[in-house]
Amino acid sequence: MSSIKVKIKQQDLNKIREICQAHGNEPGELINVLQQTQEHFGYLPAEIQEAVANELGLPVAKVYGVVTFYSFFTMIPQGRYPISICTGTACYVRGADNVLQEFKRQLGIAVGETSEDGKFSLNCLRCVGACGLAPVVLVGDKTYGRVSPDGVKDIIAEYQDKE
Amino acid sequence: MHLLVCGGTGCRASASDSIAESLKEQLHHHNMDHEVQVILTGCFGFCEKGPIVKVLPDNTFYTEVKPEDASDIVAEHLVKGRQVERLLYKAPSGEQVTDSRHMDFYKKQIRIALRNCGFIDPENIDEYIARDGYLALGTVLNEMTPQQVIDQVKESGLRGRGGGGFPAGKKWEFAYKNESDQKYVVCNADEGDPGAFMDRSILEGDPHAVLEAMAICGYATGADQGLIYIRAEYPLAIKRLKIAIEQAREYGLLGQQIFDSHFNFDIQLRYGAGAFVCGEETALIHSMEGERGEPTFKPPYPAQSGYLEKPTNVNNVETYANVPVIINKGPGWFSKIGTQKATGTKVFALAGKVNNVGLIEVPMGTTLREVIFEIGGGIKGGKKFKAVQTGGPSGGCLTEEHLDTPIDFDNLLAVGSMMGSGGMIVMDEDDCMVSVAKFFLEFTVEESCGKCAPCRVGNKRMHELLERITQGKAEKKDLQRLKNMCHVIADTSLCGLGQTAPSPVLSTMENFWDEYVAHVEDQRCPAGSCKELMRYEIIPENCVGCTACARKCPVGAITGERKQVHEIDQDKCIKCGACLDACKFDAVTIK
Repeated sequence: MSSIKVKIKQQDLNKIREICQAHGNEPGELINVLQQTQEHFGYLPAEIQEAVANELGLPVAKVYGVVTFYSFFTMIPQGRYPISICTGTACYVRGADNVLQEFKRQLGIAVGETSEDGKFSLNCLRCVGACGLAPVVLVGDKTYGRVSPDGVKDIIAEYQDKE
Repeated sequence: MHLLVCGGTGCRASASDSIAESLKEQLHHHNMDHEVQVILTGCFGFCEKGPIVKVLPDNTFYTEVKPEDASDIVAEHLVKGRQVERLLYKAPSGEQVTDSRHMDFYKKQIRIALRNCGFIDPENIDEYIARDGYLALGTVLNEMTPQQVIDQVKESGLRGRGGGGFPAGKKWEFAYKNESDQKYVVCNADEGDPGAFMDRSILEGDPHAVLEAMAICGYATGADQGLIYIRAEYPLAIKRLKIAIEQAREYGLLGQQIFDSHFNFDIQLRYGAGAFVCGEETALIHSMEGERGEPTFKPPYPAQSGYLEKPTNVNNVETYANVPVIINKGPGWFSKIGTQKATGTKVFALAGKVNNVGLIEVPMGTTLREVIFEIGGGIKGGKKFKAVQTGGPSGGCLTEEHLDTPIDFDNLLAVGSMMGSGGMIVMDEDDCMVSVAKFFLEFTVEESCGKCAPCRVGNKRMHELLERITQGKAEKKDLQRLKNMCHVIADTSLCGLGQTAPSPVLSTMENFWDEYVAHVEDQRCPAGSCKELMRYEIIPENCVGCTACARKCPVGAITGERKQVHEIDQDKCIKCGACLDACKFDAVTIK
């Protein structure tokens, strides 16, 4: 997995300590701790995983094992406008793959990557439960239904000029 | 009078929140806010034509409503008593349906697990109580022994709705009989099947039903702690569960000495972090303990040694949602619905190339044909039915000849698929079955936890073979190789995920063998969907040189002067099909 080197500040360490303490420094709370940590920092680089491991008294390998096991956790920062393409079966049979290819082509990034300007990241997710609107694309919390490859340009344009 | 606005995920994605707001504003404007109540409910099921607004008591069913339609609904329907015709549901025959009870979509359905979805405000416990909510819990605590509760559930014939179909009463009995100072009741709400949203809709539309059933199960098995393991990707369901738990505690329906009995029970939420394998109960338990969600060998079963090594009963959301009704109406009432071996109903998420995409609940034993062609309204765009996929990545693709199979656990297994949690995806003539198998394999490869080699390595190899087939690079003996691998993986994998991973491949090979052969021997995709096997060409006789295709081509692969015949550079072509759509003269063809 590609990794990003970050320098961790004292205030970040304090925040991690605070989150761990809120969970009673319980190793069994690791997943909840990581979820909150990711919510705060946006992603979980190696240095942050190390800090969590120290606080909970766990081997770093174990924390890394959990982070890489669950798709919810990410080790690279997400774009300001994270784009998720639903690739559930319903969206798949209604052409989600063509929509995904078009996003990849227009943004010039692969699934799991973030654009160089940090604006967009591209991910797939499985079934958001809006199969009546298939194929479905999410940008942040906003849902776009019945997206066609032709419509991709317009979705990107909507965010392109935003900061 | 009530205005019910669908607040399910699909309709909310189409701004049903603002519809409810606009309706309230309009009511206020007409001074009717005291007479008419606007309620944001759970899913109505008819997602295809959402957002839905239903008027009670006359059951008028408005479809594809927009916020700006609110003024007409209030001014016309409520003030003048005239239905807003343009928003009424139109049956495929063209006829307008004024009463939702007359819609084909609802006629064959019996709603037990979904009884309150689309009827009540899920964020208000009083509405649940008004529909007999928590009555069953009261009955159980005041009048029954744990063994009597277990006997009723056994007698009802309720089988696990998560896919396995294990008798729920038996499971409860195992947990009950294992003595321990501490036991747990777990609700598996880690719905990860791509194309399934049954559990989510129940939790969003009727969270109290699950809480009540878990408390009943706690009483029956001797547990005082309940845990709901839910996907973190379901924010709305989480929010509504939190509200429901708070309200139940306030009313004394969770907590200490419930209904003045000696029974204590409380429920906590645990969040899944996105791993399909966590639907397997041992993996789910490890995940709740903060570990990687890897399954372990059974026995010991969770009923013997589960969460924190204590006896634990794990059932899925839909299974629990049936329990209060069984207690209230009696196991005899429940077992009369459905078939002898599979009682009650099953909720399906009907999706894909079908006219009425949505959430449905039908008695066990309903045929696939009834579901797809009556409730589902047939195939979209008048195309030909090709296959229906049930059971998600663990299931298979069934064909025309299976359409009259009555749906239940055993019948679907017998024809090479499975019930699964309830995803049902309909496919038409444009869907390539090899690609569908590849799609599911891709999912399994991604979601395999990696613990056992057959699943981790075998599925990857199978996926590579399928990739070669869809690219036209496979040889005849690859098909035999693929079949052998299917059997090895099914026989040797540790958990259900690996054991059933080959099902989509096996069932498509069984039912669509010719399609596999066409890919391998003729390098041809009969459905015209495998890109590597396609070639877009321009028919010179038809091309008028209008340049429409060249302008549409995203990669500049089409060249040609105005009013001259154009040409596609095959090296540049990405086979997106934009030229085919753009051409008005039928001059683009796929070879």
